[in-house]
Amino acid sequence: MSILGNRVLRTEDGRFLRGAGQYVENLPLDGALTATFVRSPFAHARIGEIDVSAAEALPNVQVLTGADVDLGLFGPPPFPGLDAAMGRPVMATDTVRFVGEIVAVVLSEGRAAGADAAELVAVDYDPLPAIVGPAESAKEEVLLFPGSGTNVAARGGAPELDPTLFDGCDVVVSGTVTSQRMAACPLEPRSAAAEVGPDGRITAWLSTQTPHQDRLVLAGTLGLDPAQIRVIGPDVGGGFGAKMVSVEEILVVWLARRTGRPVRWTETRSESMVGLNHGRAQELTFTIGSDRDGKVAAFRLEIRADVGAYPGLGAFLPNLTGLMSSGVYAFPAIEASSVAYLTNTTPIAAFRGAGRPEATQAVERAMDTLAAELELDPAELRRRNFIPKDAFPYTTASHAPYDSGDYEGALDLALRAAGYDDLRAEQARRREQGGPKQLGIGISTYVEITNGVDETEFGEVEITADGGAVLRTGSFSHGQGHETTFAMVAAEQLGLPLERITVVKGDTDAVAAGTGTYGSKSLQIGGSAARLASAEVVDRAKKLTADYLEAAESDIVLDPALGAFHPAGSPAQALTWEELASRAAADGQLAELRAVHEFKGAPTFPFGAHVAVVEVDVETAQVELLRLVAVDDAGTLINPLVAEGQVHGGVATGVSQALYETFVYDEDGTPLTGTFLGYAFPSAADLPSWEVVEMVTPTPRNPLGAKGIGESGTIGSTPAVQGAVIDALAPYGVRHVEMPVNGENVFRALQEAKA
Amino acid sequence: MTRISLTVNGESHEAEVEPRQLLVYFLREELGLKGTNVGCDTSSCGACTVLVDGESVKSCNQLAVQADGCEVTTIEGLAQGDELHPVQQAFHEQHALQCGYCTPGFVMASVSLLAENPDPSEAEIRGALEGNLCRCTGYHNIVEAVRAAARAGA
Repeated sequence: MSILGNRVLRTEDGRFLRGAGQYVENLPLDGALTATFVRSPFAHARIGEIDVSAAEALPNVQVLTGADVDLGLFGPPPFPGLDAAMGRPVMATDTVRFVGEIVAVVLSEGRAAGADAAELVAVDYDPLPAIVGPAESAKEEVLLFPGSGTNVAARGGAPELDPTLFDGCDVVVSGTVTSQRMAACPLEPRSAAAEVGPDGRITAWLSTQTPHQDRLVLAGTLGLDPAQIRVIGPDVGGGFGAKMVSVEEILVVWLARRTGRPVRWTETRSESMVGLNHGRAQELTFTIGSDRDGKVAAFRLEIRADVGAYPGLGAFLPNLTGLMSSGVYAFPAIEASSVAYLTNTTPIAAFRGAGRPEATQAVERAMDTLAAELELDPAELRRRNFIPKDAFPYTTASHAPYDSGDYEGALDLALRAAGYDDLRAEQARRREQGGPKQLGIGISTYVEITNGVDETEFGEVEITADGGAVLRTGSFSHGQGHETTFAMVAAEQLGLPLERITVVKGDTDAVAAGTGTYGSKSLQIGGSAARLASAEVVDRAKKLTADYLEAAESDIVLDPALGAFHPAGSPAQALTWEELASRAAADGQLAELRAVHEFKGAPTFPFGAHVAVVEVDVETAQVELLRLVAVDDAGTLINPLVAEGQVHGGVATGVSQALYETFVYDEDGTPLTGTFLGYAFPSAADLPSWEVVEMVTPTPRNPLGAKGIGESGTIGSTPAVQGAVIDALAPYGVRHVEMPVNGENVFRALQEAKA
Repeated sequence: MTRISLTVNGESHEAEVEPRQLLVYFLREELGLKGTNVGCDTSSCGACTVLVDGESVKSCNQLAVQADGCEVTTIEGLAQGDELHPVQQAFHEQHALQCGYCTPGFVMASVSLLAENPDPSEAEIRGALEGNLCRCTGYHNIVEAVRAAARAGA
């Protein structure tokens, strides 16, 4: 029986449970200097004199400023249309553009001395007017990069609105959804350490999602050959899209080269809240037109993205939002356009979902708004517009090439699990009674894209002399459980027990190539590479067995239960992996039992349906999420235990965007939520248990049939919860509530509806 | 510098510490017990939770000198050799950890909870763990693990 599809307990758990996780900060690194960054408290200012004398008067303290840094810009990623002149200095020299930008670095013996010295670095700032939010940016009264002549970092999609798009529609409604700015908040703050070896070669230990890509970025910025750098990603305490090499890691490596001593840095949480890239921050205006029966004819999405002070991935993500704007619906016409605006805030990049939650939030709010206008049940309106299950593969009007799906099937499952009819009856009863605690029911049906840009992942499988296997993957785990799941993939192909397989990852010296983990692509491309490399090793083993047994290669079969090869029908002649490997080792043929596969994957499109049930106290404006039913179909599941864990965490983050989290700046660009005291990171007490319903629709686009699962829960849950709160308030005349849909925003919506 | 003596995971220690040194950095940097993690600087996240005289304490929120004369238990002191503590075992079996960074704090807070309330309800578990934050698990399996540990008589 195959190990795949079993709830296998994670083999990596032991070290974490015993407190032996190998996080960067736990690295001994004797004799290392500690780096402490001095960051701007102003959102936009010219830098005058920096006086480091008081800091350097402390023993063993050295301070470096932007003037000392001889590195080029940390440029925007190579996406079409981004202006290289908007590149980010590794350390600010003349201007700071957001609170948290680095203006100096202190090198000290230890953390406390570094904190003391950083407080003594006196920086003269001449404040400039700050831009907060796309609307202020669009006025272009203040420019972040005067030389560029604009605050627009990128434009995407339809350049002009089509005035005839909604011609012939019986009903046209529009609205705006703000997908508010969030902080990624991995529990392990970033940490980096670097050491230059006697041969001049650099080893950098990074808390990252992407060791191999980081090596290339480090080499490019530092002007080095990538072969001179080894990047090691040890255990990493979560990433959520935000942890990839940035200016801090570049500076740590640069400082190690400059000083000739190992250098280490671990950020504080309050530093991380402004220094680590944020996510979301899009305003999305939708217009949707249909006939009287609710059959949608056209959908328009206008995106205003806040990309923060320096354009990075955040300037590209609106394209992904536009691509996914059709959601699960067969809209005949779609017009999506985006403008990415610079503001004096922390740069925007990927955060769990990265461009797709925004698309789902917009189209699901559009469907709810249209349903309210037509006085149709929101489930029924969705049914009338789903892409039918027999239509796949299906390319949307927004050009997304969907692989497989059953959107109505997912909705049916979710509604049944929720007891939808009973919930509506209970809602009607409460409305009738008119008490303060009203019930709201929200539905979200979604589709998302994983491995969205056709990436390739590396896999290598090698049989060791003792008959075990080493799997080297270019994918990376910062909590996803690759050591178990990827070993399962290899075990199934090789017919070896799980414990005979060692997964190696995250070390650019040990794994020849890799892209890392983001965008929920690990299993579908990294897992597929592991599977195909394993299959090739099996083929090679058959050839070797045939040689040893003097049998025809085509006759040799692998008995996966025994992990042994024999001619078909002659199990008595079987050679186990152990016997085969030991013989091959003795013959100098062990290298034959090794294979590399680089799997280039097409995008896949996970989908699902979520139902949220909330209780809203219309007197206090407090919202309690009572239930969240989640159907998330990510194709074939390798380890349902791990997949469910991904759904649980994803749902929590999506729910938290709906109900709690928002990163807020005041009008001067000063963060108001820059610590864990101010930022509404939910605890167990703020959330219910999740009701997860399994559904499996394999994709034909990879040999595992697997789609991504890491972000689905986040993407699906937010609109269900937002919709549920608005649904609860419908009898009070409320048609929309901005997220987070709790407390203040609910109170304001009720007040405005009364007025 | 101030002289303190304390017991950590059953071993006695005497040390000279800076009066401003936090207990968590004393444990990590002076004793080399790096299982206790630091996740914030506002005593919000609970990653640094240890037991001081049997009570759960955020070790970033207590000075090392305050632990003078105390018995401290960290995550490293929980398992008996190869045998995991029932709470650690339950976290494993219920898949209550992903990246593992918050895990030592959650395990220690759960041990403390079950010592006070051997059979907590879901609401009591969620309330008792309010001071610990996790970004990976959505808390669902952590709650399941504490229930399972309670059933196992942790």
